[in-house]
Amino acid sequence: MSREPAPDLSPVVSDEVKYTTCYMCACRCGIKVHLKDGLVRYIEGNRNHPVNKGVICGKGSSGIMQHYSPARLRKPLKRVGKRGENAFVEIEWEEALGLATEWLGKIRATDPKKLAFFTGRDQSQSLTGWWASQFGTPNFAAHGGFCSVNMAAAGLYTIGGSFWEFGEPDWDRAKYLMLFGVAEDHDSNPIKTGLGKMKGRGAKVVSVNPIRTGYSAIADEWLGIRPGTDGLFVMALIHELLHADKVDLDYLVRYTNAPWLLIDAPGAADHGLFARDAAGDPLCFDQKTRSLVSAKLPDVAPAVVGSFELPDGRSAVPAFQRIAERYMDADYAPEKVADRCGIAADTIRRIARELAEVAFEQEIRLPIKWTDWAGREHDEMIGRPVAMHAMRGISAHTNGFHTCRAIHLLQVLLGSIECPGGFRFKPPFPKPIPPGQKPAGKTYAPNTPLPGLPLGFTTGPEDLVIDAEGNPIRIDKAYSWEAPVASHGLMHMVITNAWKGDPYQIDTLFMYMANMSWNSTMNTKGVMEMLTDVDPKTGEYKIPRIIYSDAYASEMVAYADLILPDTSYLERWDCISLLDRPICEADGPADAIRHPIVEPDRDVRAFQTVLLDLGARLKLPGMTNADGTAKFPGGYPDYIVNHERTPGIGPLAGWRGENGDQHGRGAVNPNQLEAYIAHQSFWHHELSPDQKFYKFANKSYLDFAVKMGFVGHADQIVLQLYSEPMQKFRLAAEGHGAIQPPDHLRANLIAAFDPLPVWYVPHEEAAVDTTAYPLHALTQRPMIMYHSWGSQNAWLRQILGRNKLYVATSKAREMGLEDGDWVRVTSHNGAIKVQIKTMEGLNPDTVWTWNAIGKRSGSWNLAPDAPEAKKGFLLNHLISELLPARADGRRLSNSDPITGQAAWFDLRVRIEKVEAGAEVSEPQFPTLPRPPGVAPAPHVNDYGKTFAPSHSEQKHSDKRTRA
Amino acid sequence: MTSLPAIRPEKRLGLAIDLDTCVGCHACATNCKEWNTGGISGPLTDVNAYEAEQQGVWFNRVFTYEVGGEGPNARTVHFPKNCLHCETPACVTVCPTGASYKRSEDGIVLVDHDRCIGCKLCSWACPYGAREYDEVVGVMKKCTLCVDKIYNENLPEEDRVPACVAACPSKARHFGDFADPNSTVSKLTAERGGYDLMPEKGYRPTSKYLPPRPGRRSAAPVSAAGEPGLEGAGRFLKWVDRILSR
Repeated sequence: MSREPAPDLSPVVSDEVKYTTCYMCACRCGIKVHLKDGLVRYIEGNRNHPVNKGVICGKGSSGIMQHYSPARLRKPLKRVGKRGENAFVEIEWEEALGLATEWLGKIRATDPKKLAFFTGRDQSQSLTGWWASQFGTPNFAAHGGFCSVNMAAAGLYTIGGSFWEFGEPDWDRAKYLMLFGVAEDHDSNPIKTGLGKMKGRGAKVVSVNPIRTGYSAIADEWLGIRPGTDGLFVMALIHELLHADKVDLDYLVRYTNAPWLLIDAPGAADHGLFARDAAGDPLCFDQKTRSLVSAKLPDVAPAVVGSFELPDGRSAVPAFQRIAERYMDADYAPEKVADRCGIAADTIRRIARELAEVAFEQEIRLPIKWTDWAGREHDEMIGRPVAMHAMRGISAHTNGFHTCRAIHLLQVLLGSIECPGGFRFKPPFPKPIPPGQKPAGKTYAPNTPLPGLPLGFTTGPEDLVIDAEGNPIRIDKAYSWEAPVASHGLMHMVITNAWKGDPYQIDTLFMYMANMSWNSTMNTKGVMEMLTDVDPKTGEYKIPRIIYSDAYASEMVAYADLILPDTSYLERWDCISLLDRPICEADGPADAIRHPIVEPDRDVRAFQTVLLDLGARLKLPGMTNADGTAKFPGGYPDYIVNHERTPGIGPLAGWRGENGDQHGRGAVNPNQLEAYIAHQSFWHHELSPDQKFYKFANKSYLDFAVKMGFVGHADQIVLQLYSEPMQKFRLAAEGHGAIQPPDHLRANLIAAFDPLPVWYVPHEEAAVDTTAYPLHALTQRPMIMYHSWGSQNAWLRQILGRNKLYVATSKAREMGLEDGDWVRVTSHNGAIKVQIKTMEGLNPDTVWTWNAIGKRSGSWNLAPDAPEAKKGFLLNHLISELLPARADGRRLSNSDPITGQAAWFDLRVRIEKVEAGAEVSEPQFPTLPRPPGVAPAPHVNDYGKTFAPSHSEQKHSDKRTRA
Repeated sequence: MTSLPAIRPEKRLGLAIDLDTCVGCHACATNCKEWNTGGISGPLTDVNAYEAEQQGVWFNRVFTYEVGGEGPNARTVHFPKNCLHCETPACVTVCPTGASYKRSEDGIVLVDHDRCIGCKLCSWACPYGAREYDEVVGVMKKCTLCVDKIYNENLPEEDRVPACVAACPSKARHFGDFADPNSTVSKLTAERGGYDLMPEKGYRPTSKYLPPRPGRRSAAPVSAAGEPGLEGAGRFLKWVDRILSR
């Protein structure tokens, strides 16, 4: 044999390594980017980063293809053809910004609410919301309303934090994990890493999800629940625990409102509100002194059941009694819910027993001394090592707010929130319940900023953003009687409402990173028609102007009048801010930046910089100096460093103060960004061991949180199992108080605004004939494309380039369907034609597909006959943004009635076999031409060739089959 | 025909892949692709990159199967597949030019692109489907176990592991020397019953798969947990006299 070859085993990898933050999904991991010859050679995880600790997922590893995508927009575009035709001319930035300034300036000077500014997968909401406030329009929200706002709200109104961004399972100590409705969802790598750790040490993982993919696949136990019934299942677990007396009463009286007394006076205006003393503190009944005392006092011995006389002679009962009464009722017995949930009663009982066994028999005791809110010292931290996580399978239903509250109630009853082994808050959470910020927008005026930010937390009818007649002020009807606790707005209703002129017509729709003419909307075909619909009276589009910013040639581009092209994530400045959606983890707060790793090779600008430029051109107060010059001439990085929300608090918490030696609060540090870059683009503060648990009642932590500006005062944050704000809205619906809902909504509000978690049939299911639409239909996010930015990614589209409709094997057999058959899927909103695939791990009454794989022909610079367009499909066509008409003819939005959360997964369908025909999915739409400046995509992708040693260059040209 | 090393390599580098914790995220596949497309076997060419019938060269692919029964009894298994760096690989012995070879130092199976004539005999010989023909360049390519990363002196010591292992978020991939009984991969294989893929073929794969652990469930369910006799307010009696301290 000839000598063994000796390849170069130490090639130079990179000329330079830079650290920044990934943006391939919302997880926001730290990445280490290798650059060679000015190009991106390799992206890997940053092992020092608090989120991913060195790992990186399938999306993050494909960032190179996203960055160099042939679908990137290259220059500002002005529409020249009809809307929807994708006919544009390239214009200079000066013209683009001039046009936008002219349009927006007129609106601001006359009626600022005629600007609807909605951002999609925006990670700069503290800027965009502030910009809207400075502009003076109440019509702002990001994508939270169609993502998981009812879960965020349920958490913030119950425990002061929430799943994902505001809390996480204690991955290192939990012995039992329950996942509810979690597919590839928030967050990405920490869940994967956490599951690896838990399984490695023999902890049990239970996944409750109609579909067995991804995390459910490796769970020790998979419960293929019927969609929309998780709340019932959880309440049955609570039923079992209460009957078995397996609840942590000590935890309940110390940390929750379980012992607070509720006024028991049916029919009275204050029925079901907390009985309070003269100082406004809630009362409890102290067993030691046999008297009513403030429930906020330490060292009292509160009763948790019973009936007690109030000073005014009326009676009151502890909130816990109401909890026990409700869930111990036979309606919540496992046998009662088993059929509806599709989970056997014995299984429900077994899971309840397992939870109790782990929580109470396998408790953890950490020998860490800590001091509680009242100054009492404790020798150890007790943990009930049951952790839970929930995501879209819970949030995407009209009953999601309550289901999520039920999961929190279950966690609290087990004493497993914010303890070792349980669910832990990520600072700056927990916050007061709910956070103090109210939505602004009730008052607005030309050329005037709003008095506050457009989004916030309502606690009663007086906080609603409605006019004197009770009508919605916001275009999406958030904070009106149709979605009183909206919190993040209702992005899925904006186009429909604006098109209808209900509650009024707007002038300009301004959007960022939201593919609202395709996969980000319900009723896609209908919305496409609304975007192009012309008012016959005026000859103008019913939505007169649309400005859109995106980095890529998405489907939405075709429907805009003005395109402001954004950069890729490796070309931009960003801050992942504590004021916004932080990357913190339970052991301490963290924030991060992105900085340009490479310069754009196109005439594009980062949207946030453009927004600040527009703000200065419009002379918005916060963005303009007294002399009329721009306050942040350096764009977004200038703002990140120099903007202060309140004195000493700005977008970034790290390296503040003139010398860069302060964290949290501190003066502006002109060298702050350099400090971040020198520290791998993130800041992380590790809490001391005594601050890490019981943060809601931990003096040392609460004092720290005050110092950092996370909370206003160091009072204990008492978990709100019984929600008084819910009862206030309900009392109004029952006729109490001056601010009254319209009569046609009263019954809905009374049903929805239950102060304790309740389960009701998902609204679409209740409104349609379920024999005509016998199946549930929903989507899951594929791990390689969650957030759906993967379709133009040459690597990821090889892994998943088309989707099929998955049908349970048993159901297919019953219906005479086989793998590969084509079916018509029909809902109350329309029909689609798709190909099926059978699978075993699926609730038999459910069909599903991967989210957002289907693309419109010609979009994303894919070939017109790409499988994404011709075989792939969207379920969105079937989902209506409006529920079927009620008896009175009204159609309410397809949303959680409390928060306005889009109810994507309430969908009901039927399927019927059809001829395969040309084997093309339906509906199809005319192929979009490429926007100007976007060159045809290459046939061959050989990225990396220039990095490789010379011997791998193409040398057998005679054998080439393609070029 | 190409010979194998005359003496069994002292080191037998390979992977232990944990099917119990692989969630099917494809991080190993795409991280492999990005490292290796710029590495010594690069590019990992894609054809029809933005068209129909898109396909390209991958050294690592993840497959998903349902196994073991019907309905809830079926188990979904994510199965990452790449070259197993066999001890007696047919892909090497079948090679007519000496392009395919097994390194005598560590047992890694590589292709010398200068000698490869693209005849594809090796891909026919490999029962694991681990060979990837680059139709644009006209040569056979395959997993190198990131040989240009694991020995790369330009990288920090801690980063000298295959890209798939460094990336894996659920730590389902372990890299090491199977010749060393004290290595992590050897120990994991022993503890977890790591097995050879298709041992009957006789190629003696170096890399092993760790099987899924059986799901953990407690014993038979208990009957109703409550005290059935107590109804109404009586259900709460157990809590009435409980003295709890705030």
